Amino acid sequence: MAQNRDDGSQLLIEMRDIVKRFPGVLANDGTNLTLRRGEIHALLGENGAGKSTLMNILSGLYKPDSGEIYVDGEKQEFGSARDALLAGIGMVHQHFCLVDIFSAAENVTLGMAAPRVHLNMADVEEEVGELGRKYNLGIDPHARIWQLSVGEQQRVEILKLLYRDAHVLILDEPTSVLTPQESDELSVTLRRMADSGRGILYISHRLAEVCAIADRVTIIRGGRNIATLELEEIDEERVANLMLGAEVSPLVNVDCSKEPGDVILEIEGLNVMSDRGLSAVSDANIIVRAGQIVGLAGVAGNGQRELADAIAGLHEIDSGEIKILGNLVTGKRAREIINAGVSLIPEDRTGTGLVSSLSVTENAILRGYWNSRFSGRILINWDEVGMHTQKLVEDFNVKTPHTDEEVWKLSGGNQQRLLLAREMTSEPPVIVASHPTSGLDVQAAMDVHNLLIEQRDRGAAILVISEDLEELMTLSDQIIVIYDGRVTEPIAGEDADRAELGLLMMGSGVKEKV
Amino acid sequence: MRVKIEKRLDIPRSLVILLPLVAVLIAFAISGVLIAITGANPFIAYAMMWKGAFGTTYSLSETIVRSIPLMLAGLGVGIAAYAKLWNIGGEGQIVMGAFAASGLALFYPDLPRPVLIGGMMMLGFLAGGLWAVIAALPRIYMGINEIITTMMFNFIAGFWVKYIVQGPWRDPVLVAFPFTAQFDKVAWLPKYFGTRIHLGLVVALISALIVTLLLFRSKWGFELRVIGGSLKAADYAGINVKRSLMLAMLLSGGLAGLAGMTEVTGILHRLQDGIAAGAGFSAFILVALANGNPFGIIVTGFLLGALLTGGTTAQTMGVPPQIADILQGLILFFALASTFFTRYRVWIDRSEAVSATVKSGD
Repeated sequence: MAQNRDDGSQLLIEMRDIVKRFPGVLANDGTNLTLRRGEIHALLGENGAGKSTLMNILSGLYKPDSGEIYVDGEKQEFGSARDALLAGIGMVHQHFCLVDIFSAAENVTLGMAAPRVHLNMADVEEEVGELGRKYNLGIDPHARIWQLSVGEQQRVEILKLLYRDAHVLILDEPTSVLTPQESDELSVTLRRMADSGRGILYISHRLAEVCAIADRVTIIRGGRNIATLELEEIDEERVANLMLGAEVSPLVNVDCSKEPGDVILEIEGLNVMSDRGLSAVSDANIIVRAGQIVGLAGVAGNGQRELADAIAGLHEIDSGEIKILGNLVTGKRAREIINAGVSLIPEDRTGTGLVSSLSVTENAILRGYWNSRFSGRILINWDEVGMHTQKLVEDFNVKTPHTDEEVWKLSGGNQQRLLLAREMTSEPPVIVASHPTSGLDVQAAMDVHNLLIEQRDRGAAILVISEDLEELMTLSDQIIVIYDGRVTEPIAGEDADRAELGLLMMGSGVKEKV
Repeated sequence: MRVKIEKRLDIPRSLVILLPLVAVLIAFAISGVLIAITGANPFIAYAMMWKGAFGTTYSLSETIVRSIPLMLAGLGVGIAAYAKLWNIGGEGQIVMGAFAASGLALFYPDLPRPVLIGGMMMLGFLAGGLWAVIAALPRIYMGINEIITTMMFNFIAGFWVKYIVQGPWRDPVLVAFPFTAQFDKVAWLPKYFGTRIHLGLVVALISALIVTLLLFRSKWGFELRVIGGSLKAADYAGINVKRSLMLAMLLSGGLAGLAGMTEVTGILHRLQDGIAAGAGFSAFILVALANGNPFGIIVTGFLLGALLTGGTTAQTMGVPPQIADILQGLILFFALASTFFTRYRVWIDRSEAVSATVKSGD
């Protein structure tokens, strides 16, 4: 483990004074970074701090405007990802680059120059299997990518790099798609790879995780490396302060003094099938009252998406009842459910929640353009819509050059603020928020939390779906856990215990209850 | 030295105008070489084409006449494209629109003129529109690629009208020819300025206005653009996607049907084989060059009309008439290729270190 310290010649990678400018954005402003042989080095920073850009430069995808990269003490310039890979540097991106209908082994060998003519898949498969065993990356080399879970697909990505003999591996938020268990497996793998003399660069914004696994941490803020801490110097509070550049204020003030009001959202005996025809939600009973936030905890893929979509009328219901303000909405169309006062903040922000090719103004009325305020029988009153949007953008602090800007040009945080602004401005009685802060930086996440609390305090019934226990424990008045489509009894927010919730999320406990 | 390609984060406004122009210029340069190969002087040929398209009042009016069906078919392709529907069936829809309008002209010539002309327009629109909707049903309900189905429907419509004009509706006098009898004069569209420019031009201009209003001012147009942007977002907004797409296809095919109607009632005055003359395909060139803008389509329709009219004139100096078709093809090719440059920045990287890196990596 991290044997070689502070000896320049032992550095695997040294990046000096990297500057990268995009139109209107200075992504890297003289960033420095070193990577030692055999270490796991975490890069921490908010969204837009410049971590990903820096790593894209190191892996040859971007060319820096100025600055130097040394690999094993030798100056290098990469013209493409292939150049970087030839120099032993490979990256696993957040979105995998795999061919769905090819096998794992085929994906591993895809794009390699050798052999030129005859490809002996049996050899490749054996080698891939061997590498997998060595580094705790067990997968079936014959399996097609579409048959593999997300965690297994990530293993294939890592195997791709190991097969190409990369000795510097860059992972961009690798655990964001993994279950807690898979995350633990991954950390074993990373440690084994580091022990074999490789260097690992690890982008994250999960503090706890970084503290548990990294040998060193470099904190990046505003395109500059603010500090690099050794293992023994890492502590959560200090790292958070460095990341934000200020003392972190407490996330939100949960006001438990108010008594929750009437039942607003009532779900009874709900059964929903997944798109594949399997049971996704079974016999779910959930009650959310006015002025109450109920947190739904669970590892992604346990029926949360189907549950949220069923409430919003976007997914067919097999059996059971959903009542809003006492009125049965089961079987109603999405439009009727919107009009009944249900707001949904979908987890897929730019594909579902917003139309990224349309303007801020057009997105501002996506779920309400039919209201008499915005349109007549046929025509939309764009003047009125424009004024509404202007107010929305100001009230909710959405940063955009102008309201005609296309949404894909906004940052993730501003996209989410726009989405929340639209869903909350009508003060709906029910809000279902699905992974409302995923991918957002600390400041943006805090804003989202404050908005949700505000809505609760004015009397909304809110269901927050998240994987982030920290988030749910800060926000929720009650927490329920979903596992394999089944939900637990509610646990009061103040009684919630991290370890217990974690166990429930992993499925121990639910079974005993049934 | 190496050519580098990088995605643009912002699309400069000037490029949207400049690139189609460059595409057209390159197309002219290449077909100039082809003209030279046929033995003619390309500069003289182009000068002839210019004169043939704009030289006299007559040629200008012929250019406009030629562009009317192109504009209408182009608007049709454009409106569907906003929902990411590719209606390749313009040819068939033009033919069916012409067929339906001809039926009324042939069998009800005694109707009062406004009723007859209004009725032919309605029938032409509906026939083209329904032909498009039928072709798109498999897409809307089963996700089958509409490019294939709409295109196949071109053949059905084409052969249907071929049969009609050679069989049941054949001209009783000139029996040897594949066309119907001439319509009664009452069914001819009014013409203006002593030229062949007919009411179809007004129809095309009004259509462009209506399409603009529908797309950018109406609720339905908004829904259509949401569908084109993201199907999932359309569901999330509670949009009735199937109904919207059906309406888009009805309008798209209907506009092509109007093109067929104005062509038979304004110019030919009878139904005959091959009246679409490629307008349904050329429509894509207009839309690509105009970037989907309805009034842009009117402009590009006029320019393509000029190209075709000029191409006919250039024949008189021994340039094969197919040159105009080749030019069309080249323009579309380069117009589509140019969209690459609106999305990516390309430059030449002269630093030598790159090749050194590759060596050291080997």
